[in-house]
Amino acid sequence: MSERYGFSLTTFSPSGKLVQIEYALNAVNAGSPAVGIKASNGVVLATEKKSKSLLHDDRTIHKVESVCKNMGLVYSGMGPDYRLLVQKARKLAQEYMLVYEENVPPTQLVKRIADVMQEYTQSGGVRPFGVSLLICGYDYDEDRPFLYQCDPSGSYFPWKATAIGRNFVNGKTFLEKRYSDQLALEDAVHTAILTLKESFEGQMTEDNIEIGICDKEGFRRLTPAEVKDYLAQIG
Amino acid sequence: MGDDILSYNGGVALAMKGKECIAIACDKRYGVQNRTIATNFTKIFQYSDHCFVAFCGLATDVQTVSERLKFRTNLYELREQRKLKPNVLYNMLTNLLYERRFGPYFVFALVVGLDPKTGETFVYDSDNIGAISDNVNLVTVGTASEYIFGLGELFFKPNMNADELFEATSQALLNGVDRDSASGWGAVVYVIEKDKITVRELKGRQD
Repeated sequence: MSERYGFSLTTFSPSGKLVQIEYALNAVNAGSPAVGIKASNGVVLATEKKSKSLLHDDRTIHKVESVCKNMGLVYSGMGPDYRLLVQKARKLAQEYMLVYEENVPPTQLVKRIADVMQEYTQSGGVRPFGVSLLICGYDYDEDRPFLYQCDPSGSYFPWKATAIGRNFVNGKTFLEKRYSDQLALEDAVHTAILTLKESFEGQMTEDNIEIGICDKEGFRRLTPAEVKDYLAQIG
Repeated sequence: MGDDILSYNGGVALAMKGKECIAIACDKRYGVQNRTIATNFTKIFQYSDHCFVAFCGLATDVQTVSERLKFRTNLYELREQRKLKPNVLYNMLTNLLYERRFGPYFVFALVVGLDPKTGETFVYDSDNIGAISDNVNLVTVGTASEYIFGLGELFFKPNMNADELFEATSQALLNGVDRDSASGWGAVVYVIEKDKITVRELKGRQD
C-alpha cells in the first residue's frame, strides 16, 4: 500500500499542527488507562484489561509484554497497532544484541522505537500509530531503572511516574501527590494499583488488570495469583 | 608469495595477557612482496580508552577495516554516550567482517581490552570472516604468527606484571620476525594497565 503513495498523509495544517498526530493522541486518550512508576530499584507498569463480554477468555491475551530480558512495554490506544510495535521492538532489541553482544540499554531501544513511530508520520501512504507506549527497562551499565513514554508523533519522554489513556490527567495529579524518590518497588506496585483504581469502574480483580515489574533481575509480568495478593493488601 | 594475498604486504602482531594488564605489539614493515617500501606502518589502532585492535594482512584492508570500524565506534559513542567495552568492540568487528562473508576483507584481527574498574583483561582474535575466539592468554596474527606463537608460548607465564609482560611480548615478537622476511624493520609495543598506557618503540634487526 505504501508503494502506491509517494506522499505522506500526515500533512501540516496552517497553524503548524500535524492534525493526524493530534487525532492519534485522541485515540490514545480514549484507550484504557495505563500507569508507569519508577521506583528506586525498579519500574512497575500497570494497565486496566477489561473484557467486553463475560464470554471472553482473556487469560492468554496480554497487554503488558516483555521486549527482551531487561525491558517491558504497556500501552494505551489501539491494540493491533501495539502488537506491531511489540514485534518491531523485539526485533530491534535482538538486532542490537547480534551486533554488540550486549543487552540493549533502555535509552537506545526507546530511541529506535520512537524512530519507527516517527517514520509512520512521514512516509507515503501510512498513518501514525494509534498508541502511546510506556517502556520500562533496567540499564546494567548505569545500574538504574528507566521509564519512558513514546507518543504517536515519535517524541519520547523520560518519566519518574506517569499515566496515559482515559483519565490520564487525574492519574498524573494522583501520582504527583503520591510519588517520592525513595519509593521501593513494592510500594510502587501499590501506588500503581491505587492510581488505576481512581478511574476504574467496578470491582478490580486479578483478571481485569495486568502488572509488570522490571528490576535488576529483568522484566516479568506478574501472575494473576501475585496480582491477587497485591489487591488483597490494598483492601 | 605472489599468490597468497595474506602475505603480499607482510606484517605481524601479537598480544599477551598479564595480571590486570595487557600487551599488544606489531612490526612496522610495509612491503610489496619482497620490496620493503616503508618502515613506519604500524598495525595497532585504539578504539576506546583501554581497547586496542591490531590488523594484519593486506595493507589496503588493514587501513579500510580499521577506518570502517572507527566509523561504527564513533557513532556508537555518540549515540550511547558511553565508551566501548572490549567484548562489545570485538563483537562489532566480527559482525563487520562477517557482513563480507562471500567477498571478504583480507585481514586477521586481534582485539584486546581492559576494564579499568575491575582490571579484567580481554584478549581475542578473529579470522578474516569473523570467527570468534575465547578470551585467551596469547594471540598472534600475520606472516610470522607461527614463529611468534612458539616463542610466545615459551615466554608466557600466567599473572605477569607489566614489566615482565613487556619483556615477554617484545622478545617473542623481535625474535619471531627475524625468521620471516616479510616482517620486521622495528616494532611497537603497547602495555595497557588500569591507570596508564605505555607505548615503546623497539629497534630490532633492520632487515
